[in-house]
Amino acid sequence: MKDVTNTQDLALLSQVAAFIWAEADMLDAKAYEDWLELWTKDGLYIMPMGEGEDYANSLNLCYDNDKMRRDRIGRFRQGFSISSAPAAQTVRAMSRFVIEKVEGDAVTVRCAEQLVEDKFGRQRLFAANTTYTLIRQPDGGFKIAQKVARLLNSDGMLTSLSYLF
Amino acid sequence: MSLDTPKFSDLDALYSADSKIATAMYEDPELFAEEMERVFKRTWVWVAHESEFPDKGSFKLSTVGLEPVIVVRDRKDKIHVMVNRCRHRAATVCEVKKGKTSSFQCPYHGWGYGLDGSLRAVPYPEQYGDDFDKAQHGLLKLRAESYNGMVFATFNEDAEPLVDFLGPQVCRYIDLFMKQGGGFPIKVLGEHQFTVPMNWKVQLENTTDGYHFPVVHKSFMQTLDGETNDMFDFLEKGKGWIEDLGNGHSVMVMIPELVDLDDNLDAPIPDRFAELAQELRDDGYPEAQVKKIVRAVGGAGFNLNLFPNVSFSLAFFRVLTPVTVERTDIRHLALGMDGGPAAANRMRLRLHEHFQGPMGFGSPDDAEVWERVQRGTKGGEALPILVNRGLIDEVPGEVGPKGHISAETGMRAAYAMWKRMMAQ
Repeated sequence: MKDVTNTQDLALLSQVAAFIWAEADMLDAKAYEDWLELWTKDGLYIMPMGEGEDYANSLNLCYDNDKMRRDRIGRFRQGFSISSAPAAQTVRAMSRFVIEKVEGDAVTVRCAEQLVEDKFGRQRLFAANTTYTLIRQPDGGFKIAQKVARLLNSDGMLTSLSYLF
Repeated sequence: MSLDTPKFSDLDALYSADSKIATAMYEDPELFAEEMERVFKRTWVWVAHESEFPDKGSFKLSTVGLEPVIVVRDRKDKIHVMVNRCRHRAATVCEVKKGKTSSFQCPYHGWGYGLDGSLRAVPYPEQYGDDFDKAQHGLLKLRAESYNGMVFATFNEDAEPLVDFLGPQVCRYIDLFMKQGGGFPIKVLGEHQFTVPMNWKVQLENTTDGYHFPVVHKSFMQTLDGETNDMFDFLEKGKGWIEDLGNGHSVMVMIPELVDLDDNLDAPIPDRFAELAQELRDDGYPEAQVKKIVRAVGGAGFNLNLFPNVSFSLAFFRVLTPVTVERTDIRHLALGMDGGPAAANRMRLRLHEHFQGPMGFGSPDDAEVWERVQRGTKGGEALPILVNRGLIDEVPGEVGPKGHISAETGMRAAYAMWKRMMAQ
């Protein structure tokens, strides 16, 4: 097991955790305009199905480039989508952060995501393994170059989703 | 309750002659139980597309009504459909959704079955005595027949042949639909699955429902380019229609110019496919083939709705599986070109993800309104549900009536078949 106790590793771990927690807070608050600003221009937001990693050539739950992210947020926002008006409320927790690799400005970090949605007086529980590729910015912060949220049972029977993981 | 003395003898009260549906149709558990027997145990039910289990020994799990089945191809390429239940003590013999095998073995006591369902091996058989007949203990088999790659099964030994159940008009539309292989065989590329708290008939109605499209899918339309938006604005601008094709089947033609994808191949390539067309040219495809493939990528211009559980919907298959009276599982199968250009299949995948599935720009809004129907039926029990839209200007078609694109002709076709089966 990798030694995670040295000070440098802990500093990076707390920086990426803080970034991911801030993102999680935006998503639960549906602060989508802020969320769109977290991305690199060519970033990809992917919710795959099953175990594969050839996302481009596979069917995903979503495979969003910049345009699709903006269209998706527009759909949530404009009030014509009955499933988003109102959308389910969500509370999520991000934890079990593991830094997979650091290459130049790019940090790959994976974590556990647990989310509860509430709508129509019922609650549904989801869990995902979520992996980020974060790019260090000149100001010291990060932008997301890729986010892969892989739900448990992602290729099984799900329910429709009116929010983001 | 005996099936010989049906509780629901007054079928006219459930689906009336003036095309109104009783609320009980969506929420009576006893009616649901009877439907599972009288409809799903007696008619042809779609179980698979052949590309989902392409090789000898490959299989997939499916359902016929409430019953879990295995669909498998044996060593001679013959397709078998059998109930996923060991003949000894009922354990499922397979829990892998899709795969390849040489046999099915029960995990409990090791009974082994061949790809045709026959019982091959029983550990320690001595205690059953000499008169134990393996031939009488194979997996329970259903009849299985295919048309143009679509595999159907039925428990009913007396059911008419599949092609007769479909009829020549349905077969013609299936053949037209499969042209979206663009010269390649159709292949299932994956499937979205989501469960919805609704009766199965709410879904049965929906694929024949052109009326809801501009309302429920406005937010999807807003993300399309102008040309594509015009194409989907079929209620306002289109010249489409909906037609009863017999035996509960119907077709809703939304974009008439895309019924036969081999027509008008000289039409200019739409802007949204320009980049793909160039990619195909760069890969060395001749111009005629580029046009054919690009045309096919967008899918066909109609929904073909088969009673009781599958719809060929523009560019994908939509499958319903009843679970309980108020729960239905939905599958949206993404289709591509088997051996076709990867770029074309990627585009088909992205188009599928755009509308379909739990995160699509269309399906979640569909799921929301279906659930709202189920929730709404908790009030006003005595109020009828109307499927009489468009009766006013229906004209006779080749098989059944033909109506306006927003007419409920397809629902009436399905409910007429429902009534016929429930009365038998």
